Amino acid sequence: MSAALGPGRKVRVRALAPPGHCRTPWYTRGRVGVIEALLDREPDPEERAYGRPGLPALRVWRVSFAQRELWPDYAGPAHDRVAVGIFEPWLEPLEEAP
Amino acid sequence: MSHDHDHTHDRGHGHDHGDGAGHAHPPGQRHPFQPDLEDGPYTWHMALTDAVAALLLEKGVIGADELRRTLEDIDAKSPADGARLVARAWVDPAFRARLLEDVNAAAAELGIDAGGIPIRAVECRPGEHHVIVCTLCSCYPRLLLGAAPDWYKARAYRSRVVREPRAVLAEFGLELPEAIRVVVHDSTAELRFMVLPERPAGTDGWDEERLAALVTRDCLIGVARPVVPPA
Amino acid sequence: MRRHHDMGGLPAGPVERTEHEHAPWEKRVDAILRLLVARQVMTLDELRRGIEELGPGAYDELSYFERWIRSISHVLLEKGVVTVHELALAIEAAKARRAAALACPKTVAQA
Repeated sequence: MSAALGPGRKVRVRALAPPGHCRTPWYTRGRVGVIEALLDREPDPEERAYGRPGLPALRVWRVSFAQRELWPDYAGPAHDRVAVGIFEPWLEPLEEAP
Repeated sequence: MSHDHDHTHDRGHGHDHGDGAGHAHPPGQRHPFQPDLEDGPYTWHMALTDAVAALLLEKGVIGADELRRTLEDIDAKSPADGARLVARAWVDPAFRARLLEDVNAAAAELGIDAGGIPIRAVECRPGEHHVIVCTLCSCYPRLLLGAAPDWYKARAYRSRVVREPRAVLAEFGLELPEAIRVVVHDSTAELRFMVLPERPAGTDGWDEERLAALVTRDCLIGVARPVVPPA
Repeated sequence: MRRHHDMGGLPAGPVERTEHEHAPWEKRVDAILRLLVARQVMTLDELRRGIEELGPGAYDELSYFERWIRSISHVLLEKGVVTVHELALAIEAAKARRAAALACPKTVAQA
């Protein structure tokens, strides 16, 4: 699954709604963006928040979203974007090439 | 050290400071300046803070010396260090490349300790402006730049800058033409961001110190751009 | 469901560009946290989780470092680093130290 992720890949953030601590902003869930780069490898914050090590570290991808994908009524130009670090388990690769 | 602490805290998120835990003053009332002790009443949270510190010291979890050193370190950090990095990047393309690769390592070259949390620089270019936020909490490269401003941690900025960045930037006095792409970076991961602004026109031949003076904290967040003062 | 700290995109008023220099007690909170993280007693994720668990009321009513010290003390309690009773007594001791300092005119210049 993770092999499919990489820069240029179109992805959808999984539309999950767990209780507890996580670092995936609500406004990105279910939204489609493009992976720009590997941002970091970090222990899983959803585990570390509860005193567990969260290892092995997860890949965190910088996913770039068009503003109009996040907010269809976005008032600014179409090229404006939001870049968000998303932990890999939250990402679903889309078949279609970007 | 003076601290004109007016108890606004991070009230930008629109509350009335109703902590119900020992503040005897009406919301918004300013305390008279007191040079030595904490200004204002000794709140339950202040007592809790001192209690936690005392217990951790007593139990040897932390040491008195390292606590003092850490407090000194907190006071020593300032956006001026970020400005020095930017000024060097403007005059030295190889340094700029290294800064974009690894801010902490580039800072170390200038004798600046940027802390143990990795920081990434995002580069403003002609036609592209970057601005940082942390919508989930208030992540900020404070081990390099010092404490985040209150508004950065408050509800209005955190809620709105991802949704209507141009309106928020305009509130800071930064009106960007539509031809310039605005990229908002939401700091969700452990690493932090700083903005590497564009060098303004009219600064040819300036030395690093003079250039660094143009780079304010707000430029490093991306809610402002360096401006050359009128001659 | 969306949790209250997860506020990106929600409507809000204008950015009030308030700033204050941190008070000494706020810097102490910051220093305590840094040392606890450096000593691997707790992580930033635990700090954040503790702040989020304060709930919507406290999250909005408490100041920034009030939220921090609440979360830090809860995490220390959970981990057994301190006990409730120790904290209770230490709070009273801190208040007594403060009162003693206030009573000494050398250490305070009352405005």
